[in-house]
Amino acid sequence: MSLIYDSLRAFAAGGAACCVLYAATAYSVEARITIDNFSFKRDTITVPVGTTVVWENDDDIPHNVVATDGEFRSSALDTEDKFSFTFNKAGTFDYFCSLHSFMKGQVVVAP
Amino acid sequence: MAKDDYDHIDRRGALECMIWAGTGVLWTMVGGVPRSSSLLGISEAKAQAASGFTFLQISDSHIGFKQAANPNALGTLEEAIAKVGALPQKPAFMIHTGDITHLSKAEEFDNADQVIGKAKLETFYVPGEHDIIDENLGKAYLERYAKRTQAKGTGWYSFDKNGVHFVGLVNVANLKAGGLGALGAEQLAWLADDLKGKSASTPIVLFAHIPFWTVSAEWGWGTEDSAQALGLVKRFGSVTVLNGHIHQIMQKVEGTVTFHTARSTAFPQPAPGSAPSPGPMKVPEDKLRSVLGIATVAVKQGTQPLAITDSDLTKV
Repeated sequence: MSLIYDSLRAFAAGGAACCVLYAATAYSVEARITIDNFSFKRDTITVPVGTTVVWENDDDIPHNVVATDGEFRSSALDTEDKFSFTFNKAGTFDYFCSLHSFMKGQVVVAP
Repeated sequence: MAKDDYDHIDRRGALECMIWAGTGVLWTMVGGVPRSSSLLGISEAKAQAASGFTFLQISDSHIGFKQAANPNALGTLEEAIAKVGALPQKPAFMIHTGDITHLSKAEEFDNADQVIGKAKLETFYVPGEHDIIDENLGKAYLERYAKRTQAKGTGWYSFDKNGVHFVGLVNVANLKAGGLGALGAEQLAWLADDLKGKSASTPIVLFAHIPFWTVSAEWGWGTEDSAQALGLVKRFGSVTVLNGHIHQIMQKVEGTVTFHTARSTAFPQPAPGSAPSPGPMKVPEDKLRSVLGIATVAVKQGTQPLAITDSDLTKV
């Protein structure tokens, strides 16, 4: 409760809010996957726990990102749309594009 | 078209082949037996069409697509519908083999409905993969199109017209990673039941979005359990399978079954293996209308010949 109150005060203070956001992102790890020519590039990546993976569609056709085990599912990504998911546990996560199911990828999350 | 058809190519054959390559394909089925090697002349096919009933196939209108391959997909759909209105013989009805929209958005469906409605033809739809990517994965499509046809499951149904049995099938839903298009066990069981009791002489037309034969496994252009569906129609003398999805004309004849894919009204896609991916193909602006089009299907009563004529969108 007091945290929310503090945050509101920070927003009211203007510039202070930027510092809060900056602090939140500065310590997260980000990995990017491009969707290009009906394929995920790279199609297999290994990242540490806590990594946020960002997929961006660079094709002229919509694609999506769907975990085989149902863990995550993006909406349809039109050209230049992005989807991100943060992997908070170790393991191997297979995913595919449910519009073009021959498009497959894998995120290996190392402990 | 099987390459073997042109083993003994002569001048006439070459000309017919040019007709096929340039403006569309004309062929016939006589007595339920498809004869792909006997391409008809245009006037001959028109005479056939005049004596029976015709229906129309449009496909892959992709309303909402705005990329370089065609920034105005609604405009080219309008041109296609104008072409339908100008046909010498009014078709009995129209089928749309999916990808009505690009992103399953309400306004895309609205715009498509408004333009297609101008043809003033009863229209039967099946969904493409682009029509079921709304938040609820196909609910928007079903709410709009499933009630009138009393469609089951993800949108399959059948109906009879002029003695021909039409079956609209869905092979774009619940796809598995690494696979092709799929019908699924529930739909196949329904199909078996639907065909039960139909006489073997009833002409059958199956229509669905993704081709029923594997045009390209690499690009997912096929339906993994289509063999089971085709097994169910094996006893029928005349079976025609109409698809879209690949945005180009392809056809194949296998026994009593003829397969045909229609052009898109929005943008062309490359021939299998001719490009790194099946993405939209940009052609010079003045060539676009020669690679978009509609298909007219003529059914003659009695001997049941069936002829498909593909017309592009260039102005005559």
